[in-house]
Amino acid sequence: MGWLIKGGRIVDPANHLDRVMDLRIEEGRVAEVGEKLERRASDRVLDANGLVVAPGLIDMHAHFREPGHEEKEDIETGSKAAVMGGYTTVACMANTDPVCDNAAVVRYVIERGKQVGLCDVLPIGAVSKGLKGEELAEMADMAKAGAVAFSDDGRPVTSASLMMKALQYSQIVKKPVISHAEDVSLSSGTSMHFGRVSTRLGLRGVPSAGEESIVMRDVMLCREVGGKLHLAHLSSAWSVRFVRWAKANGLRFTAEATPHHLSLDHDYLLEHPYDTNAKVNPPLRAPEDRAEVCKGLSDGTIDVIATDHAPHCVDDKDLEFDQAAFGISGLETALPVCYTTLVQDMGMSLSSLITKMSLIPAQILGLDSVLRGTLTPGARADIVIFDPHTERVVDVGEFQSKGHNTPFAGSKLRGWPVHTFYKGNLVMTERRLA
Amino acid sequence: MHRWDLLGLENTSASDIVWILDTAKSMSDIMTRDIKKVPTLRGKSVCTLFFEPSTRTRSSFELACKYLSADTLSFSTTTSSVRKGETLADTALNIQAMGIDAVVIRHQSSGAPHYLAQKLKCPVINAGDGMHEHPTQALLDMYTMREHGVNFEGAKVAIIGDIAHSRVARSNAWGLTKLGAHVVFCGPPTLIPPDADKLGAEVVADADEAVRDADVVYMLRLQLERQSGGLFPSVREYRELYGLNRRRLALAKRGALVMHPGPMNRGVEIESDVADGPQSVILEQVTGGVLVRMAVLFRALGGGNEWAGS
Amino acid sequence: MVLREKAKIMDEQAMDRALSRIAHEVVERNKGVEGVVLVGIRRRGVPLANRLKQKIAEIEGKNIPVGVLDITLYRDDLALKAEQPVVQKTEVPFSVKGKHVVMVDDVIYTGRTARAAMDAIMDLGRPRTIQLAVLVDRGHRELPIRPDYVGKNVPTSQKEIIHVKVSEIDGADEVVIEEARDGGEE
Repeated sequence: MGWLIKGGRIVDPANHLDRVMDLRIEEGRVAEVGEKLERRASDRVLDANGLVVAPGLIDMHAHFREPGHEEKEDIETGSKAAVMGGYTTVACMANTDPVCDNAAVVRYVIERGKQVGLCDVLPIGAVSKGLKGEELAEMADMAKAGAVAFSDDGRPVTSASLMMKALQYSQIVKKPVISHAEDVSLSSGTSMHFGRVSTRLGLRGVPSAGEESIVMRDVMLCREVGGKLHLAHLSSAWSVRFVRWAKANGLRFTAEATPHHLSLDHDYLLEHPYDTNAKVNPPLRAPEDRAEVCKGLSDGTIDVIATDHAPHCVDDKDLEFDQAAFGISGLETALPVCYTTLVQDMGMSLSSLITKMSLIPAQILGLDSVLRGTLTPGARADIVIFDPHTERVVDVGEFQSKGHNTPFAGSKLRGWPVHTFYKGNLVMTERRLA
Repeated sequence: MHRWDLLGLENTSASDIVWILDTAKSMSDIMTRDIKKVPTLRGKSVCTLFFEPSTRTRSSFELACKYLSADTLSFSTTTSSVRKGETLADTALNIQAMGIDAVVIRHQSSGAPHYLAQKLKCPVINAGDGMHEHPTQALLDMYTMREHGVNFEGAKVAIIGDIAHSRVARSNAWGLTKLGAHVVFCGPPTLIPPDADKLGAEVVADADEAVRDADVVYMLRLQLERQSGGLFPSVREYRELYGLNRRRLALAKRGALVMHPGPMNRGVEIESDVADGPQSVILEQVTGGVLVRMAVLFRALGGGNEWAGS
Repeated sequence: MVLREKAKIMDEQAMDRALSRIAHEVVERNKGVEGVVLVGIRRRGVPLANRLKQKIAEIEGKNIPVGVLDITLYRDDLALKAEQPVVQKTEVPFSVKGKHVVMVDDVIYTGRTARAAMDAIMDLGRPRTIQLAVLVDRGHRELPIRPDYVGKNVPTSQKEIIHVKVSEIDGADEVVIEEARDGGEE
């Protein structure tokens, strides 16, 4: 039995497509895309009139917390949150307990993802054993088991020497090393961006240079030894400017930004003093930083939008600001936040948005072998259908994620996912899990 | 219903600040009477919730309560269950459940009083939060200045020392500038926070320049442990660059006031002959502290006045 | 609340005559002014107390001390409202111990002000007696309190407001009854 999605605006950047058409799903794959496709007897019809039909979103940076911190999130609730947000593939960071630094944990995560069966849950292996930043983890072994990238995210790889080795290894495993750029000698004990707002609130701030210097270090290491480098969550203007310059000079690596760094800055904390929902690492920086991150996204300096979905339970957030955990639960709001901020307010094309939320992440994670991030016939039928018109208020009470920690609660947004297909199955419809 | 929290001076209006200073002045006669007590807050109970040691602020609040006939309850890190891992919110909610009418909180985390104010029904008074604000200190400083004839409009107040970590500097900057004073910050560049001018103060690098023609020279306490944190190289050098001595004080206006929130490091940020000299009002600051805190407690718990008569 | 003036019940002369009479009564009752002190209750009790002092000086040829009492901190009817009461200084620069303290106020109504004022005076020391002088007694007492000296008894309804005006504060000497146009007295 297949599906006929009728009358939606099909946005498929891989095929330079942005037109109102029909799309047929057969046997879990995209069968055809065309105008006025005929309904076959076995087709169920989904009316997508007024809606956008795009390849399922791919998040290359999320924290599903399992194993070890199931009180914050587990692979089931994380998967549910993903499909509510229009995501069909999610790469999960290694900072679990036990750390995902060996093939056994990699296999466990994949297996759990398959059991839940709502979306692809792909593990990212640790760069260093136990995230200790000392010895390289068994990257090749993990890659063979299915790890799609490597990162110590949550904390930086402090030693330049270890980072160099990881990049060298990334050549044989052909998977990216994701750099969480942070100089701990500057960031230790801080809880927000170093600037006028931290001064007013009396909070310790981390200077942008702490991110910029490590961004530069890792790009320079990559230039020298090669390998596949991906920079996570750029948040500072000068990080973006440096990346732009380095790419213009022929250096090859990729970079991401998060929905919150694209849409919020530290002024949020002036309006909501000590709101721990806005405590995140890297921090929300100055408006000029946010502007440059947005500019970097539109001019191609930044390749990918990744959520850095970091769910926490209320006990970790309902605290004094400097005691609270870092992170924003982002999967369920990523598309509406990006649609509203980038497409509606800044005039970015839908095609660019989908490129950065699906097509390029698929390429960086090496997922194109199964044709993901596109609606090309033959591609896996991972599809998000979202509504660019209807405004909705973010209600954390409706979240599937265990993490209700978001500064977007109460925001009015457009671009909400209405249906999500995973492998041709309707896993979310009318904003409810199927 | 309007809440009469005092979380900081950043969000306290100029007229409110003046009201507190005026009320403190009106209360000054209570301290000189035979019976140092008025029944105003009889039957009200105030909890002082101190997560940082502080003898003088706490005693000052407790005396202020007693003069107004409020009962006090002390919670501190050593006697409460905070050490057993109870959260701040739980501690405070438990205290509220005992029927407390107001909470006075001192906490090492900036924003802790704001956080509590969202949790509690009763008014919250900030007795110092992290590096953020210490509103009653600034109010007592302003009270002392006013008692000594400082007219805030156009007055120059030099605040010298570790601005970055100082809640006293922040609260004074907000309060003083609201009443029209010109506040100058001066200290080692490592101890000046980013965009310090956004607090309404002018930032000056040279201490002589900061003190020149000042109406008030306000010295901050130097936390000596900052030296091990690498924020300044040595006490000797600090004293030379930023300490207040007779030579430097002579650059200020004639009769300029010398102030310090205490406790002082004599021979570091302030020389003894200046601290004990005729221009020093450091001990009067302490007296003003009780009055200002009485006014703040009255503001929090005394409520508006509905005249039953004509 | 909009107030409407209903009637003038005392003019300048009437006020002056009433104060003269009270002055005589104070002297008579205390058999002179030995040990008598006046305490005006803020705000309008203060100018009235000063006038009484002057009249007593004319009668007896002696100046008696006048103090000023702010009873805000002694009130029992402070309610939580968005408006903060103004606390002013109490200035009683003499000892009340063993004295005949005559409290002076413009109007007595519920008696709560007088109660608060008595508490305030007691906290300053132990007077021999406390007496109360008012220009107008409008009734509706809520406490067992009775003034010793009354300028004029004025029966009122609770909707009405007695407004004693004194030239020092209001620019004229008169007593009027006002009525709230919409709703009752607060």
